[in-house]
Amino acid sequence: MYFSKVWDKSENGDWHCTASWKTHSGSVWRVTWAHPEFGQVLASCSFDRTAAVWEEIVGESNDKLRGQSHWVKRTTLVDSRTSVTDVKFAPKHMGLMLATCSADGVVRIYEAPDVMNLSQWSLQHEISCKLSCSCISWNPSSSRAHSPMIAVGSDDNSPNILAKVQIYEYNENTRKYAKAEALMTVTDPVHDIAFAPNLGRSFHILAVATKDVRIFTLKPLRKELTSSGGLTKFEIHIVAQFDNHNSQVWRVSWNITGTVLASSGDDGCVRLWKANYMDNWKCTGILKGNGSPVNGSSQQGIFNASLGSANTSLQNSLNGSSASR
Amino acid sequence: PPLLVVPGADPSARQLCFAWGPAEALVCETLFGSRGTGEGGPSSSRLFVVRKDQDIYIQTLRKLFNESHGIFIGLQRSEEELAGKSRKAQLVQVSKNYRSVIRACMEDMHQAAISARDPALHSQYSTQVSILSAMELIWNLCEILFVEAAAAGPLLLRLLDWVRLHVCDVDNMVREVLSSENPSKHELFWNVVDVFVLQGRMDEARHLLSKEVSANPTSVNMYKILDDLMKKMPVPSLSNTQTLTEMELKWQHWHEECQRYLQDGTFASNSHMESICKILLGDEDAILEKKELLTTWYHFLVTRLLYSHPTVKPMELRFYAQSSMDLFLGGESSPEPLDTILMAAFEFEMHQVIKECSIALSNWWFVAHLTDLLDHCKLLQSHNLYFGSNMREFLLLEYASGLFSHHSLWQLGVDYFDHCPEYGRVYLELHIERIPLNTEQKALKVLRICEQRQMHEQVRSICKIMAMKALRNNRLGSALSWSIRAKDAAFATLISDRFLKDYCERGSFSDLDLIDNLGPSMLLSDRLTFLGKYREFHRLYGEKRFSEAARLLLMLMTARIAPRSFWMTLLTDALPLLEQKEVIFSAEQTYELMRCLEDLTTGKSDKQKFQEDDVETMKVEMLRLALARNLARVIIKEGTLEGS
Repeated sequence: MYFSKVWDKSENGDWHCTASWKTHSGSVWRVTWAHPEFGQVLASCSFDRTAAVWEEIVGESNDKLRGQSHWVKRTTLVDSRTSVTDVKFAPKHMGLMLATCSADGVVRIYEAPDVMNLSQWSLQHEISCKLSCSCISWNPSSSRAHSPMIAVGSDDNSPNILAKVQIYEYNENTRKYAKAEALMTVTDPVHDIAFAPNLGRSFHILAVATKDVRIFTLKPLRKELTSSGGLTKFEIHIVAQFDNHNSQVWRVSWNITGTVLASSGDDGCVRLWKANYMDNWKCTGILKGNGSPVNGSSQQGIFNASLGSANTSLQNSLNGSSASR
Repeated sequence: PPLLVVPGADPSARQLCFAWGPAEALVCETLFGSRGTGEGGPSSSRLFVVRKDQDIYIQTLRKLFNESHGIFIGLQRSEEELAGKSRKAQLVQVSKNYRSVIRACMEDMHQAAISARDPALHSQYSTQVSILSAMELIWNLCEILFVEAAAAGPLLLRLLDWVRLHVCDVDNMVREVLSSENPSKHELFWNVVDVFVLQGRMDEARHLLSKEVSANPTSVNMYKILDDLMKKMPVPSLSNTQTLTEMELKWQHWHEECQRYLQDGTFASNSHMESICKILLGDEDAILEKKELLTTWYHFLVTRLLYSHPTVKPMELRFYAQSSMDLFLGGESSPEPLDTILMAAFEFEMHQVIKECSIALSNWWFVAHLTDLLDHCKLLQSHNLYFGSNMREFLLLEYASGLFSHHSLWQLGVDYFDHCPEYGRVYLELHIERIPLNTEQKALKVLRICEQRQMHEQVRSICKIMAMKALRNNRLGSALSWSIRAKDAAFATLISDRFLKDYCERGSFSDLDLIDNLGPSMLLSDRLTFLGKYREFHRLYGEKRFSEAARLLLMLMTARIAPRSFWMTLLTDALPLLEQKEVIFSAEQTYELMRCLEDLTTGKSDKQKFQEDDVETMKVEMLRLALARNLARVIIKEGTLEGS
């Protein structure tokens, strides 16, 4: 039995686990939220070769008092023949759409044409990436200048120098997704990938979690007028590369303005990366366990800690201190 | 980079998963990399809530944030047309306002520290007081050097004020001596005289000295000379009564006079007075001997300048500053961050000041507001940057973003984004979408802000989110209001259908108030229009305005406002009207109704008719009968002449 849990923040600022239920019959790899415009909707994907969409049902008032909520499965996506390694909802301007990727190298894009009916999803696209996929990221840009775009990362372990990050773009003419770009410099297994929020820029920023943390910019060049209609070509630059984790980097995620990147590594740390106003990226914080057992009770397992920035004699060591409940 | 310890998490056993939130971040223990079988995994994972220091400071600095917001907005809107002196005076006033807000906050914090019982809290407040004090110190210096850009002459006077305001370590001692019965007998008497001399407070020094001489008449001659020298010391004036050159000349003469008295051995028998004379002569060693009273190198700097180069020019400060710091610290200690910042200011390296402050302070308040002010003074060159169009905007964006993690201070952040021309709007769009809309009031507040700025997409999105939430909680009226506000026709249709479905099931409407008062928004969607009109029909019937009700009912079908699926219900609603004692439907209307009924029933196949339940067939039969009867009655009625 493999569970998912949902935590809610109450009015007084405390976090409570309001639901815990069996979601899959294999390890649950990822869980992701849809935009609240579609209601309270989650998607999960698992080793059990399925992805599922869940909706919160507003229960009886008793449940609310007890702080519990109910989630029901609206649909199971069973097209994959191997472990489904990632599931992500598309940006909301594309409607209610999600993409999954599997260990057999297939990316599938589903759409729910009626946003009020979460049980009806149709498979719109199947993209064969040729390499085992581990992660996907939708480009969040809603600009008319940018076609829908999805980045796919591969954790294929066999010794080769194939690009482990591929960019697929939707072609308005063929009505299909086609490979627009591959990051040839990323040849080690990729565990996570994330586009940064767009901020109205003409170019895209992509973070990659591989044997280190890498940040790329993708600048669209003039669309080539080929017979299949314009597929964008990109100028790719690497703007940062950090091996501070000194081990595999498993996750990368951007804050809401795309100004800070958080990375999780095998070293048990979370590192925060930020660019200063001169566009130089630096580490601005590290979160690390100290391995010591916590004193006192911890019924909910929630601890408050504060993260400060650089510490100098202008202030005493208020930074770096943690308080547990 | 600062390390945050996550208590109890063991990096050798688990990894940490991170998620960004609007107000805080969440960290969860996990195990990556256990691919393959998918078996096993952490049995229990703990969830950690991580908040930035900023949030702690927000609580204690709330007043500072609120009041400085007013000053900031005022500055953005201030008259740019004012030129030269008046503009400068205006900017200096703004700077003073900021500083007074800092001081007020310091005062509050100081009170809080005193009254805090909990030692940890007391320590936190005390730390905050010293940070604010440092901030005010730096700001004040920047005001003198950059905003006011004091010229040689006034520059020294300003610096003297600055030192007097900020070197408070000696205040207690001064108070103690002055308030004692016999100050000149106090063991710290000469220290206090020295303090006054070092700070250029001549009158106060002379006053104290006079007490000493009345106690020790033997030194009266020495005293008279020293007193005279101190009285005559030329100082730069703020008014235009003398030029710099005139002052320099006078000063030179005075300096030579002091020199003569010293060399004559006038003060030889009183080491205290001799030392004072040496200080008046700007003797570095003599001044440095009073290190304990100076307490800081910048005090040493200003005293040096007072007694050796009172007409120092702004651009010369850097040399004196560097040497003063070197002499004062004497290689024993290295400069602290505060020292580095002040030095950068003396060197007129504005960007360096801002950079160092950004590093040293954990919140963006200081650098954001100071940089904005300096930008208004037209002192910052603009670089074209990646994040924000220039440093001012970059810092304001950082500061304002931080405010958004607070449940009410985010509103201040909105105004700051408004004044960031390059990225302010998009930052606002991103942040405002993430504000938790816990209550209707908050949602309305956020909406108003978006509407004021023509942020149509955000308006639509927020309304949609609220409508969805209401719908899920079965609050149909609220859901309908929100979809009307979002101008979301599709959703309005959906909700109207729900209302109608509810009516069919329960026989009554909820949220009558809302439906009755739809007004022109009724036109948003056909279904909504029908809902409104249908409700109107019920109202008319309730008010016994039967013929109007009848007309409306018929119109709903003939004008195709009613969805087909609802016609049966409408026709059933017509039954009571058909069975009134009085004839309500005219012949023509009755024919129309019959046509509608036939329309409905002929569409069905035989199989469907067979499967229809008895209630349905009975209804149809009843209707046919009622319509026929009505037709009969109305034909007679219409065929009958009045009065016959």
